[in-house]
Amino acid sequence: MAIEEKDLHINMGPQHPSTHGVLRVELNVDGETVVRAKPVIGYLHTGIEKTMESKLYYKAIPCTDRMDYLAPMSNNLGYCLAVEKLMDIEVPDKVKWARVCLAELTRLNSHLVWLGTHALDLGAMSMLLYAFREREMILDIYEACAGQRMMSTYIRIGGLAKELPSDFDKRVRQIIKEIPDRIDDYETLLTNNQIFINRTKNVAVISAEDAINWSLSGPMLRGSGIKHDLRKDNPYSGYENFDFEVPIGRNGDAYDRYLIRLEEMRQSLRIIEQCLDGMPEGPFRAHVPGVVLPPKEDVLHKMESMIFHFKIITEGFPAPKGAVYAGIESPKGELGFYIQGDGSNKPARVRVRPPSFINLAALPALTEGHLFSDVVCAIGSIDIVLGEVDR
Amino acid sequence: MKEIFKALGNVVIKMPQGFYVTFKHLFKKPVTLDYPRKKKPMAPRYRGKHYLERYDDGTERCVCCGLCAAACPADAIYMEPEETEKGERKARVYEINLLRCIFCGFCEEACPEEAIFLGQEYEFSADDRNKFIWTKEDMLVPHPRKDNPFKKILRRVRKVYGTPEATR
Ligand code: SF4
Ligand code: SF4
Repeated sequence: MAIEEKDLHINMGPQHPSTHGVLRVELNVDGETVVRAKPVIGYLHTGIEKTMESKLYYKAIPCTDRMDYLAPMSNNLGYCLAVEKLMDIEVPDKVKWARVCLAELTRLNSHLVWLGTHALDLGAMSMLLYAFREREMILDIYEACAGQRMMSTYIRIGGLAKELPSDFDKRVRQIIKEIPDRIDDYETLLTNNQIFINRTKNVAVISAEDAINWSLSGPMLRGSGIKHDLRKDNPYSGYENFDFEVPIGRNGDAYDRYLIRLEEMRQSLRIIEQCLDGMPEGPFRAHVPGVVLPPKEDVLHKMESMIFHFKIITEGFPAPKGAVYAGIESPKGELGFYIQGDGSNKPARVRVRPPSFINLAALPALTEGHLFSDVVCAIGSIDIVLGEVDR
Repeated sequence: MKEIFKALGNVVIKMPQGFYVTFKHLFKKPVTLDYPRKKKPMAPRYRGKHYLERYDDGTERCVCCGLCAAACPADAIYMEPEETEKGERKARVYEINLLRCIFCGFCEEACPEEAIFLGQEYEFSADDRNKFIWTKEDMLVPHPRKDNPFKKILRRVRKVYGTPEATR
């Protein structure tokens, strides 16, 4: 559609409560109809990729937390998997299981925040409070494991930063016990709520073909009926050992994406339960001298370990020449890390494939030609985190 | 017509069910805390304000080796060494810039002397930027300290960061 003089030009954001951060959308509206929607990004740009290139491999891990701050463990995992691929490190089984468990908790965490804020955008205030109450339990687990509630920095190259806490199993089982009832509560509140249905059904529709052409991923893609999930299609970190379903939608609208995310939460709980039941015994770090930190006890008593400890901390480790890409299914879609090693102890290039950024690019396709009030619903249903969009 | 009946059914039957969920919560205990008056106990591993440990006899554990500064991804640590009368190395200046620190815990993990730990404290507000630079005096634990939880912490730290059995 051509933009004519009569169109009204509206800036939505960057300080708008329903743009989930600092997103600005330039809107041209003709009456109530959106003629053009253009997301303007960059307000949160901090140059994370470039910062990572100037840091030793292990020191870049805190940077990854700060991209998608609602799913820190997934980001840690993606980066560490990429470096492990570059360095050709095989991690022990326990590490794989623990990582899967934490990554699924992260998915719950992220979807809960999404559910709360999306419902709030559409006028359901109490959903936010309920979702954040449940999220608190997950953040408590993060705190018990890593020591921080959001910037966990828990997953390290070749393993985990610390041993899992002794009450990990108990706490996570508590979550498995409580959350299904709460999800049922959410369903009672929203799934058949006529207001919610009217606001989301047949809104922000994207067809399967368009979804592929826009290279969407995660619930955005699955909502249109395409069964693509890296956990199934290209398993990493031992996902092939778990039994779970990948829910898909039919209409590709906001309502389907809502149903998918709720179902994904249930499936995550299934995976977590299998994780706990089958958690193998063993070390929480791989034994790779010169690359992975030796145990603290050895550092204090053994000369050799002490030397490795000093060397890793001060100089890092040289990575071989070559490029790797490792993609994981983060709560928002395919999160990929491309790392180029040049033989030195710092990466020559780090490139992140952020799911939010690529999904956000489809916003014009979701909103143009539709009602102005549906823009909020469209932005919400994409599930963006501006920290990740701008990096 | 069918659509309308379905919608009507939703309004008449399903929506009151939703209201009931909200109504139920009126009688539940609140999950929020009355924050400044009541505080949540932080997890043992919580990464809050740093503190520097001493040996039982009161000498500082830190030997100013600089490993924590090397590990720090935010370059927040600054130190200058000196020698004690006994000829041992210790830190003359040891500063952490809170405005740079991201509380990642890499310094605790790196320290080969088990001298620096991240503690439980998380309220750092101050009215002057200079107060955000913690000096050694701010961080050293008092000596003699009344309740010496240090031994316990040491055991925890080793367990957390790995005993030989746990990582091999
Ligand atoms: S705190 Fe530990 S790592 Fe840092 S200088 Fe002192 S002894 Fe070395
Ligand atoms: S917690 Fe991290 S950022 Fe802060 S001083 Fe220690 S290493 Fe540096």
